[in-house]
Amino acid sequence: MLIGIINGKVYDPKNNVDGEIKEIWIRDGKVVSAGDVDQSRAEMIDAAGLIIMPGGVDIHSHIAGGKVNAGRKLRPDDSRGHERKRMQLPQSRRVTRSGTGFSVPSTFKTAYSYVEMGYTTVMEGASPPLMARHTHEEFEDIPILDKGGYILMGNNHLIMDYIRRDEREKARDYVAWLLNATKGYGIKIVNPGGVENFKYKKNVTELDDKVIGFDVTPRQIIETLSWINDELGLPHVPHIHGLNLGLNGNFLTTAETLKGMEGRQAHFTHLQFMSYGGRMGKPVRSGAAEIAGIVNENPNITVDVGQIIFCDTTTMTADGPVQYRLHKLTGNKWFNDDVEAETGGGVTPCIYKKSNPFNAIQWLIGLELFLLIDDPWQVFLTTDHPNAGPFTCYPQIIKLLTDRDFRGEVFSGISKIAQKGALLPELDREYSLYEIAVITRAGTAQRLGLDNKGHLGAGADGDVTIYADLDDREKMFSHPAYVFKDGVLVAKDGRVVCERPGNTLYVSPDFNPDIEKEIRGHIESNYTISFDHYPVRRDELSQGKQIPCEVS
Amino acid sequence: MSTLIENAVCTFCGCLCDDITVEVDNNRIVKTKRACANGRGLFMEYDATPRKPLIYGKEVSWEEAIAECASILENADNPLIYGLSSTSTEAQKKAVELADRLGAVIDTTSSVCHGPTALAMQTVGEATCTLGEVSHRADLLVFWGCNPAVSHMRHFSRYSLMPKGKLVPNGRKDRSMYVVDVRPTASSKVADHFIQIKPGSDYEVLTVLRVLAQGKKVDADQVGGVAIEQLQQLVDRMKGCRYGAAFMGMGLTMTRGRDINVRELFSLVSELNKFTRFSVIPMRGHSNVAGADQVMTWQTGYPFAVSFARGYPQYGPGEFTAVDLLARGEVDAALIIASDPAAHFPRGAAEYLEQIPTIVIDPEKNMTAKAARVFLPTACCGIDAPGTYYRMDNISIYARPVVASGRPRDEDVLTGIMEAMKLC
Repeated sequence: MLIGIINGKVYDPKNNVDGEIKEIWIRDGKVVSAGDVDQSRAEMIDAAGLIIMPGGVDIHSHIAGGKVNAGRKLRPDDSRGHERKRMQLPQSRRVTRSGTGFSVPSTFKTAYSYVEMGYTTVMEGASPPLMARHTHEEFEDIPILDKGGYILMGNNHLIMDYIRRDEREKARDYVAWLLNATKGYGIKIVNPGGVENFKYKKNVTELDDKVIGFDVTPRQIIETLSWINDELGLPHVPHIHGLNLGLNGNFLTTAETLKGMEGRQAHFTHLQFMSYGGRMGKPVRSGAAEIAGIVNENPNITVDVGQIIFCDTTTMTADGPVQYRLHKLTGNKWFNDDVEAETGGGVTPCIYKKSNPFNAIQWLIGLELFLLIDDPWQVFLTTDHPNAGPFTCYPQIIKLLTDRDFRGEVFSGISKIAQKGALLPELDREYSLYEIAVITRAGTAQRLGLDNKGHLGAGADGDVTIYADLDDREKMFSHPAYVFKDGVLVAKDGRVVCERPGNTLYVSPDFNPDIEKEIRGHIESNYTISFDHYPVRRDELSQGKQIPCEVS
Repeated sequence: MSTLIENAVCTFCGCLCDDITVEVDNNRIVKTKRACANGRGLFMEYDATPRKPLIYGKEVSWEEAIAECASILENADNPLIYGLSSTSTEAQKKAVELADRLGAVIDTTSSVCHGPTALAMQTVGEATCTLGEVSHRADLLVFWGCNPAVSHMRHFSRYSLMPKGKLVPNGRKDRSMYVVDVRPTASSKVADHFIQIKPGSDYEVLTVLRVLAQGKKVDADQVGGVAIEQLQQLVDRMKGCRYGAAFMGMGLTMTRGRDINVRELFSLVSELNKFTRFSVIPMRGHSNVAGADQVMTWQTGYPFAVSFARGYPQYGPGEFTAVDLLARGEVDAALIIASDPAAHFPRGAAEYLEQIPTIVIDPEKNMTAKAARVFLPTACCGIDAPGTYYRMDNISIYARPVVASGRPRDEDVLTGIMEAMKLC
């Protein structure tokens, strides 16, 4: 099967292609160079006047697993008015599945909505190891997309035990075993130590606070896990959600955490929630300028933003104390789940309002981070779906970034208190399409270590999105004209036309097998399931795809 | 020559014990170690010999039986798919898919056990935890309207009362246990404190507990037959514990008040987190009823009582719940998977089931199967078929088979029906 896409304007930042008219050839699911194909046998797409980009790659989104499903169950109100009918596919007996949900869509609806927006790869942001099987079960019901999951390790008892005993090699082998056992994609750190302390109704607020019962500090946990990440040669870098999320003045801790990496590679997720200026107990102000400045000085750091969308959404994180605080603040219903020996987490609905000064400042902070971080390869587009808003609002963010006038219009409608002294009106920068391609696919794929994604060079996966070149970028990015996944047309004119399974991406780093004995002992004395039943077996993934590790 | 299999998973109840040793001889389980009486019964009584399907009680081939199922479902205007709680998520996923493609109504046994628990969760949320948090942290246990000594026989020893844990090194001695129920039970006998309340007064008692927990006074001497001082003592223990765990059962969900009873308990538990840490775990009965909630929710957005008649999922407890649909005679065919509604439903609903074409997919010829038009005897997950199950705390476990099977799995039969109907 050979597809030729001709006459289109191509944005392929990884290969330095910036809006050139270029042919793209896809054979048997892979991009190939024009010289290698018999063009007379190709199915041709004339993309004259259209924009071509690699399929979108989302580096952080909550789409599957225990707390996502708790969110769906918690919010039947989120489904009302957001139903999707089952739909007959063209030239086929096949019918897509129905679904519901706005901020917490059901699995099939999640897949279709991403694909219809031109995304082909999505990474789930946080899975407790003990619930990895659940995450994978939902992945099986998220068709078309490639997906992978980050595994929560920042409050893991055995890792903290090893750190306390200064046995970092053992910690490394355990982390490698854990990634194998969970079929995970990378190391996730959420409020290191704070989630464990929440089980005693406490938290951590400083990098050198102590974790109760373990005598280790958040700083040590981050330092050890980033060392392990390097040692194992994982394709992605440590994926970090730091301390004090959502608190006034947290930019100080965030600044200290960013600088504390001392040149080591790391990704800091939903940075908007971590960049609040002012002081505890004082009105919030934007800390975006300070934080963006630090990111600009530290090329080892990448971030995704977690841009606020003014809407009724659902918040969910492994950061249990944050969810509890938000529940107390809003009075909204609260779900919590403490997970033995590993982590915790919570869910609570949240409405972001333009008229609310705090929410408006949160919105400003996100945009300011986008506009003040100089290198688009360091800042990626997310809403930390659904925490700051649903992923279906990405096109709106693209419009805000590419269209200064539109930004000004929305700004004029937000809380006057938030407007006062805001930096945003002074920021004239408009993202180019090339830069949008970086923050939505090229940059994210590179940071994930997915060499075959996020670009259109020979050997890349045939994941290609073709957009109409509309002045209204929101409209343009909402409904791509064509979406190819592995060289198969999966959506046309913004509607799914083909359903096929996607891959589950996972890593399988090497480890010293001697560690298994200790892990067995740990699981037998600290868990309520047996060692035999802990790992997710390879054959539980119908379409697993191992991404190699590169040990230096 | 018998073989020993270690760490088998018992798929009887929501405890999902995964440490069972079974001895297999000639493809029959002849002995179990560590299983409770319920689990032992499941393992020992099951005979994996392949059986032929039945139509009107007569043996037929699998092809004929599947064709009959397809014909029943094709001719139905408003079919009901019901059950799911004792099969794997692999089969549950297929059942929801079939319902979606048919435009059917699908409901699970949740609607007659913890459906009200889901409604309560949807109203006020739920502060919960995994069972390991209970065994390693909890110094206070409150069992309300449930009797694990009979229904979940290893709950005390494996998860809640007895285990020696990290913060409770002396096990039982480090924990204090309350039972609240309308009558003494086998569970209340092992409790430190038993609070007997009047039947139907759960809501009032829980409301008073919430009031007392907030430090307010109640202008009464007693509620639900219990002295206020006694409730004050319980509240003091709750607020003073390090990590509390409440467990609740059908004594709350299936008595007067139903979901609002549970709502009061869930609210109380959430509010106790102002003073200490407290969680609640619903005592899910069937082995994978928690999984049924999960699968329904991730595929449709709702945990039970879903109609696909309009081409998309609609949620309607009371409207699309099986008992109500059957009692009102609103469905014209039924596909029952891994449950026995004829044995458990109110008479009107059970009788109506006999009047419409009914298909039963189950390892055992249960009461519903005896009266069904088609009975398809399938393999039993955890014994002669593999499958994924969710424990009452939503930890999922993959159960491997312990004996060889010649029987199809539930999901194979469901796929066969969809193929016969050209739905996939």
